[in-house]
Formats: sequence, structure tokens, C-alpha cells
Amino acid sequence: MLLASPAAASRDPAALPRLFITVLAVAVLWPGLVITEFAPATLVDPRNLDVFSRFLAGFWPPETSPEFLALLGKATLETLAMATAGLALALLLAIPLSLLASRALSVSALLTGRPSRWASAARYPVRLLLILLRSIPEIVWALLFVRAVGLGPTAGVLAIAITYSGMLGKVYAEIYESVDQRPARALMQAGSSRLAAFFYGVLPAAAQELMSYTIYRWECAVRASVIMGFVGAGGLGQMIDLSIRMFAGGEVVSILLTFLVLVLLADQLSTLLRRRLA
Amino acid sequence: MSRRLEALLWSSAIIAALIASFVYLGMDLLGLFRGDSPEQMLSYAQSFFPPETSPDWLSKIARGALETLAISAIGTLLAALAGAALSLFAAGRLGRIAKSLSRLLLNALRSVPELVWAALMVLAAGLGPFAGTLAIALHTAGVLGRLFAEALENTPTAPAQALRDAGAGPVAAFCYGTLPNVMPQWVAYSLYRWENNIRMAAVLGFVGAGGLGQMLYVTLSLFQQPRAMTVILAMIIMVLLVDALSAWLRARLG
Repeated sequence: MLLASPAAASRDPAALPRLFITVLAVAVLWPGLVITEFAPATLVDPRNLDVFSRFLAGFWPPETSPEFLALLGKATLETLAMATAGLALALLLAIPLSLLASRALSVSALLTGRPSRWASAARYPVRLLLILLRSIPEIVWALLFVRAVGLGPTAGVLAIAITYSGMLGKVYAEIYESVDQRPARALMQAGSSRLAAFFYGVLPAAAQELMSYTIYRWECAVRASVIMGFVGAGGLGQMIDLSIRMFAGGEVVSILLTFLVLVLLADQLSTLLRRRLA
Repeated sequence: MSRRLEALLWSSAIIAALIASFVYLGMDLLGLFRGDSPEQMLSYAQSFFPPETSPDWLSKIARGALETLAISAIGTLLAALAGAALSLFAAGRLGRIAKSLSRLLLNALRSVPELVWAALMVLAAGLGPFAGTLAIALHTAGVLGRLFAEALENTPTAPAQALRDAGAGPVAAFCYGTLPNVMPQWVAYSLYRWENNIRMAAVLGFVGAGGLGQMLYVTLSLFQQPRAMTVILAMIIMVLLVDALSAWLRARLG
């Protein structure tokens, strides 16, 4: 037993403060429970319970009819293609932005070791743009693009491209700054252009890390494009959304299992690629 | 030489995959810049401005933001409690069978994304923030349970053993010998997940699970773009505030 007797309880010197903290925490969280309409009773409400238990009962066996599996395969490929194409487009935007935002190629820093105030001020809008690009979640972009360009994977690709260009651009710029700066500085001091200094001074040292981060982000993009379909942007998400709405439990299980395998494979492939290329 | 050949092989495989992706999707990207579609997109984008700032709508936004915060906080708290309970099994403290079963459960909870949980919970608990809370709690319980179990496995056993040797019961030995060691780590993991969950709770509403996401979805469906813009701005501000706050806290405490 935790406490053998009341006398033993009074011997815990920390009991009173702990009680105080617990009461305080409950007092702070109480409004939270009210706002979230916290009512576990709704889970066992006969109507909800009936609907959900019928849904759960349909979970077994998983749907394995050939037509459904063909559809599933198509959606899986679409999800993978969405992630890959989205990331490729993101790179098109992220690379120039990262070059603009990075302090590694600063000419004014050659003399003093630090970029001049004006140069920093000029980089600031690019950094702000990168923050703006990545601070809106990709699924919000997908929701907007579905309305702008129509249902289907195009909206998902554009959404991934925008959010991930913000993430990649920021991290790329930081990676350029984290490698040894002396080669690039020496090149620029010897009169080479900034782009040449980047290609011969920064890129050789940073390539491995850039590659490894990009592959990691591809893995994240696969996860992201799976759920993109909930707002109508194609792929596995759209299938699972439809199946849930139609109470087709067997289909839901099949899609979830496919999703698990896909994420697992993407994870394995990403580890393999990073070992081979980086 | 062979290493170079291998790199070349992998690179060409990646390029082939890229081309295959674009071909498979049949995306008409250039079509986005042809005809009147740029104008249509521009006019759609312009319809979002200016964002609606009537006091009535702003107070609704504040209520939605509060709801999002509450969903993430209560969800994370429930997840921490469930995760703590499951981690005891997963760390192998209560037998081998319980260990592998609870690990399986944690993996299953974790590998289903929050949004899928939310869609399922909307069926189980009805539309509204409670479904979102449950969705966050289920996914996060899987994540935290694993992290908690790892912390338990790595904590020194000597204090609890000393208490046991001195005649304390197993529960007392755990509460006073093990828990104080793992508690700081458990709290740190929970706070970190909470930060993630605030962002997630903002979009769970797309499937009807309350908060700012539901407001965004509804306003966009009703073609009330200026109102949607206010919701998006509120989301951005919330994300940036949470980022800044956690960076500040990390600098202070770390």
C-alpha cells in the first residue's frame, strides 16, 4: 500500500504542496473541460454507441475485392506521386530563396566578419516570406487550392510545394551558414562571383546534409499527402474519408493497413537513400 | 569507382521517380498560367481582402482560438495520463505479455494520424470539440506512451530498490523511488507534444471536430472569404505566438 497509516501520511513533507498544485491545476483546467464540451457520457449514448458499434463490426474482415484493391493501388501511387512532385516544386522555390536569405554569401561580411546592417535588412523580407510560407499548415493551403483549382491531386501538390518551400528554404539557409565559411570567403575575396563561391565553396561541404534533410522532408511529405485527401485533394485520404462517410468499416481497415505499409516503406527507403547518398 | 556508379544509379532512379510522378498525376501546371485561369485565381485571392474585422466576428474568432487551445490542452493531458499508465506495461514492469501487447497498442495508436482519429471520433462522439479532444488524446497517447516507457527504462533502479529493501511496498517504492526521477522528462515530453498539438488542433475542425479549423471550413464553404481570411490570420498569429513562447521558454529553462 502507498500509505500504511494516517501517521505515515503525515510524514510525507511534500504532501501539502502537491495537494495545492493539484487543486490549482484542476481549477485552471476546469474551463477547458467546459469549452471542449467534455462529456464521456456521449460515447456510451445509445444512439452514438449503436452507430459506432455497427461501424466497428464492419471492420473485420478487411475489404479485399479486386476492384477495391485496384482502386487502392491507384490511390497509393497518387499519394506517393503527390509527395514527390510537391517536394520537387518546393525545391524550385526553396533553393533561390535560401540563397537570398543565407548570410553565408554576404559580401559585406568579408571585411568586418558580419553583414552590414543594410544587407541584413535586405535579407529580412525573404526570411519573413519563408516564415509566412511555412506557418500556414499544408492542409489549409490544400483546402484553399481545392477551391481555386478544383478537386484532385493538383491542389495537394501545390499545398506541399508552398509549405515545404518555406521549411526547406529556412533550413537550407541555416545549413549554408553552418559549414566552414572560409572556402567561400576566400573565393569571394579572390574575386569570384557569389554563385561560383556557393558552388565551389559552400555546396561541397553542405551537400550531404542538404541531401539528408531533403530526403527526410520527402518522408514527411508522404505522411502529409496521405491526409491531404480529407479536404478533397486526392490520394488515400480522400478514399478513407469517403469510406468513413459510407460506414464501410472493411474498406477503412484496408486503407489504414495500406497507409501503415506506405509510411513504413517510405521510412525504410528514406533511411536507405540517406545511407547511400549521404 | 563502384561507389560513384552507385550514386549515379540512385540519382537517375530519383530523377526517373520525379518524372514518373509528374506524368502519373497528369498535372497541367502550365494550364494554371494559360487562358483566364490566372485572372480567376487572382480574383479569388482578392476576394479574401480586406479581412472581416467586425467586433462580432472577432469575438467569435477569440472563442474559436480558445476552443482550439482547450482541445489541445485537455487532449494532451488525457494523453499524458493514458500514456503514463500504458508506459508502465510497455516498460516491462508488469510482465512480458503485457509488455508486447501494450507496445502493439501504442504503435497502433501512434500510427493512425490525428485527422483520421478525428474523422472516426466524430462518428463516436458526434460533431464538436469533444471529438477533436479525443482524437488528439488517442494519437498523442501512443506517442507519449512510447517516450514515457523509454524514460522509465533508462532511469536508475537503485532508489526504488533501496526503498523495497527497507520494506516499502511496490507502489510506494515506485511513487517515491522512480517517479521523481522520470517526472521532469515526462513533463518536458508532454509540453513538447502540447506545442505540436496546438497546431494540429487548429486544423482538426476540417472534419468537424471544432475549433478554428471548423470555422475556416464553414466560412470557405459558404463563400465568406473575408471571414475565412480572419480565421487564417488568427491561425498564423497563434502558431507564431506558440513558436516564440516555446523558443523563449527553452532559452530560459534549457
